[in-house]
Amino acid sequence: MNWRKPFVPAIPSSEITPEAIYHQRRALIKTLGFAGLSSLLGEACIGNTFAADDAFATKESLTPYEHVTNYNNFYELGMDKTDPAANASKLKTAPWSVVIEGEVAKPGALTLEDLLKPHAQEERIYRLRCVEAWSMVIPWMGFSLRDLLARFEPTSKAKYIAFETIFDPENLPGQKTNSSGLHWPYVEGLRMDEAMHPLTILATGLYGKPLPNQNGAPLRLVVPWKYGFKSIKSIVRIRLQENQPKTTWNMSAPREYGFYSNVNPDVDHPRWSQATERRLPSSLLKPNRIPTQMFNGYEAQVASLYKDMDLLVDI
Amino acid sequence: MKKLRIPQWLHWVIHVLLCLPFFWLVVRGVLDTLDPDPGKTLVHGLGLWALRLLLLTLAITPLNRFTPVQWLPLRRTLGLYTLSYAVLHVSAYTFFYLGLDFSTLARELVKRPYIVVGATALLMLMALGVTSSKGWQRRLGRRWKKLHRLIYVVVVLVVIHFAWQVKSGFGDAPWYALAFIALMLLRVKKITL
Repeated sequence: MNWRKPFVPAIPSSEITPEAIYHQRRALIKTLGFAGLSSLLGEACIGNTFAADDAFATKESLTPYEHVTNYNNFYELGMDKTDPAANASKLKTAPWSVVIEGEVAKPGALTLEDLLKPHAQEERIYRLRCVEAWSMVIPWMGFSLRDLLARFEPTSKAKYIAFETIFDPENLPGQKTNSSGLHWPYVEGLRMDEAMHPLTILATGLYGKPLPNQNGAPLRLVVPWKYGFKSIKSIVRIRLQENQPKTTWNMSAPREYGFYSNVNPDVDHPRWSQATERRLPSSLLKPNRIPTQMFNGYEAQVASLYKDMDLLVDI
Repeated sequence: MKKLRIPQWLHWVIHVLLCLPFFWLVVRGVLDTLDPDPGKTLVHGLGLWALRLLLLTLAITPLNRFTPVQWLPLRRTLGLYTLSYAVLHVSAYTFFYLGLDFSTLARELVKRPYIVVGATALLMLMALGVTSSKGWQRRLGRRWKKLHRLIYVVVVLVVIHFAWQVKSGFGDAPWYALAFIALMLLRVKKITL
């Protein structure tokens, strides 16, 4: 895996202290002269006129690594927030292969290595907003999903893309005894234009390290303008298709979790308001309750995808 | 049958024990070891303990029936602690989830069915708390017993409230429902252990 040096112009302000090593690296990059780097990398980002600003790398305080990796919703590994980290060893991530199928000219089953080899991993610092009304700021390492899809040549019939998580009830406690009531394997989907958007990435690491199992190793999706459950983890299958795919939470509670599930402070979850969120880590004295932004603050980048839709209806 | 009285010192021990869950939650919250979302953990923890104390309150009658100890003096204590935890639970929710925005509280109170159920249970619990003293017992006479039967309605509402706020499935609510049913069965006169 080759980590391309990040080109982000500024180190985020640190009221919280993130990983020391991680920030030493970033300081080093700065001293190497980011001007030279950014002109090099600017060419690689042709067409992303918004890439130079906050969208790819927000300047907000990062959520510390220990919280990003110990506060997870990954029901395959248990239903408490600390279960996925505690049961992380039960997720077998090697060997790993991903099937790419459906409306593509070149379907195939690839090992993780072959899948990742042509793609340089870059840093993306995104907000992640959970439907439970908490949020984090996470420095992912990954690459745009559209770069992967380009290799497999989607046909004109590809209107949607479906994803599937690993199914291993022998080892994954949440799939063995199904106390969550969800159908396995976990499935998710996007419309093709959402999948091809530069913000949509496949992530392989965070904080400069490989993805921990509890965060969806070895390969997961991150769609930062949607609720976190759409960012499916531990992907084993990607299928391009004509019809809108089924998604797990929508099958579980269709009135509460729509296919689009864009972050929208004006559309309440039927059981709680989505107008505000708790930015983690929050504490007793500083609850960190902040207003939720339309499209999780990525409105300028993605609103055009939905201009013909009534977002109060098509959730 | 002469029943054994609970000694005074045991009363004090029980008071300390009943305060422990609250202080345990708050201390961990202050020391930042709860988890990154202490608001949620506090709201859940306080609510959970309110429910447990509620069930303990209902355990007094069976305990009285099946042990030679006079447990009745504890029932009011337990009931009032239940009410206290419930009030703290709502306060934590208003502070952490709503940022003390009382207009939002008013809106959520009527908009969310599971909150309506919980709020109803709390109102009933408050009525029971206010009328729990011996003075009120005398004032209400026979009606006191009828009023305090509302506790059974409170338990049902609280279990529903609990089940309804879980994201998927029913969480642990079914276990608490089972415990409630068991405590009710122990009241049936024909049942002897």
